[in-house]
Amino acid sequence: MLAIAKDVTKSFMGTKVLDNVNLTINQGDRIAMMGPNGAGKTTIVRALLGFYHIDSGEIRVNGADPIKDRVEVLKYISFIPQLPPPVKLSIGELLSFVEKSSAISREKIFLESERMDLDLKNQLNKPFFKLSGGMKQKLLIAIALSKKSNLLIFDEPTANLDPKGREKFYELLTEIDPSCSTLFITHRLDEIEGLVNRQIYMDLGKVVEDEKI
Amino acid sequence: MKNLLLIAYLDVKESLRSKWFYVYSVVFGGLMALFFITGVSDSVVMGFTGLSRTLLIFIQVTIIILPIFILITTVKSISGDRESNVLEYMLSFPVSLKDYYWGKMLGRFSTVFLPVFLALILGVVFGMLKGGVLPWKMIFLYSALLFSLSFVFLGLAFFLSTILKSTDIALGASFVVWIVLLAFIDIALMGLMLQNRVSDDVVITLAMLNPIEVFRIGAISLFDPELTVIGPVAYYLLDTLGSTWLIVYAFVYPIVIGLLLSYIGYIAFRKKDLL
Repeated sequence: MLAIAKDVTKSFMGTKVLDNVNLTINQGDRIAMMGPNGAGKTTIVRALLGFYHIDSGEIRVNGADPIKDRVEVLKYISFIPQLPPPVKLSIGELLSFVEKSSAISREKIFLESERMDLDLKNQLNKPFFKLSGGMKQKLLIAIALSKKSNLLIFDEPTANLDPKGREKFYELLTEIDPSCSTLFITHRLDEIEGLVNRQIYMDLGKVVEDEKI
Repeated sequence: MKNLLLIAYLDVKESLRSKWFYVYSVVFGGLMALFFITGVSDSVVMGFTGLSRTLLIFIQVTIIILPIFILITTVKSISGDRESNVLEYMLSFPVSLKDYYWGKMLGRFSTVFLPVFLALILGVVFGMLKGGVLPWKMIFLYSALLFSLSFVFLGLAFFLSTILKSTDIALGASFVVWIVLLAFIDIALMGLMLQNRVSDDVVITLAMLNPIEVFRIGAISLFDPELTVIGPVAYYLLDTLGSTWLIVYAFVYPIVIGLLLSYIGYIAFRKKDLL
């Protein structure tokens, strides 16, 4: 078992955002997580990543607590946020951060970028936030795929990509090690249907549907 | 430690590219140059002239500008990153919160302290070019006091940045704290004394708790050991503590407060939701 959330509850200003959520992610699971806005999808992902202190319940990722052992937990998770953040570092500096904090080789990131049709080598001094939305997203995808993780979490990863970029991205996903698990937060199941083997539907802070495809 | 230094280095690099850093450096360096160009150093006011006159004005300017500059530029460092989701991405990598927080603080301290320190050195160089004697001891002590003042406001900024989730509220809180502390270096203290509604001990305590006032008294005592140029509170403190302990207090107290505030900020950063 890769990750487990047991009876997890989380409230923000009195509103229950996660209501006794139970979720298990096993090795090799390819999950599409869906649900309306405010269903709790991003919140459960953020709790798995150790960003939120849950009110009750228990979360374990690779057997460790994401809050107490965040460094250990995050070593094996790759995460792509919904929107690329306006990081002010240059691309070269961002790559240094990624290289040194996560032991990813720069060459590997260059390689993954090239496969996404993104030329990084000539833009290392450019601030990350000055790249176009699509280029930023491609770089984040390249970084995520370069990291040796056993869980990849994508929060609407293709929102900024053009059709060609999306195609490339899905093509790369087919090459991911089968033992690596993926969790997609998405509103468009049709796009990733061939890439997932399980779908989870959340609503009002609860998992209302969880089935194998 | 490796990640702490990495975060500090990246924060410095990020700051060096920011507009605020240029404005900040130009303000302090430019002011010092302006003092000399306009002949402030040649004027004589209450017995001060040359380098000591310039540094005395620099103290007055520092008291007003340095705290607000540090607060405005730093208070956004964590709350701003949180609001823009930069924190979400950067902390999705295996970096400990300890390394991230203290690394950010170390990096930011370098960028807020160095321009002021370099402006001081620039002033000394100008003074030397005009034929003054190099006052090593004064420069050393003054640098230490500047370090201490920068540190306390940096600690306060990190505290506010972590405790308050919204950048706007953090900025607003910074202004309030700055205005209150500034008011209590003279106007409010004198008002309290004149009204005779509170005891002198309260007024003295308020002065001793205010890091801006503590810096002001400590820095001016370097030039005017009798503290004749500032008010009765400073004179009372000098009389009670003696000149050496006054300087020690002016250096140590802000550091302690800065450490305390930044540590509370760190605890909040660890114990509260990151986003």
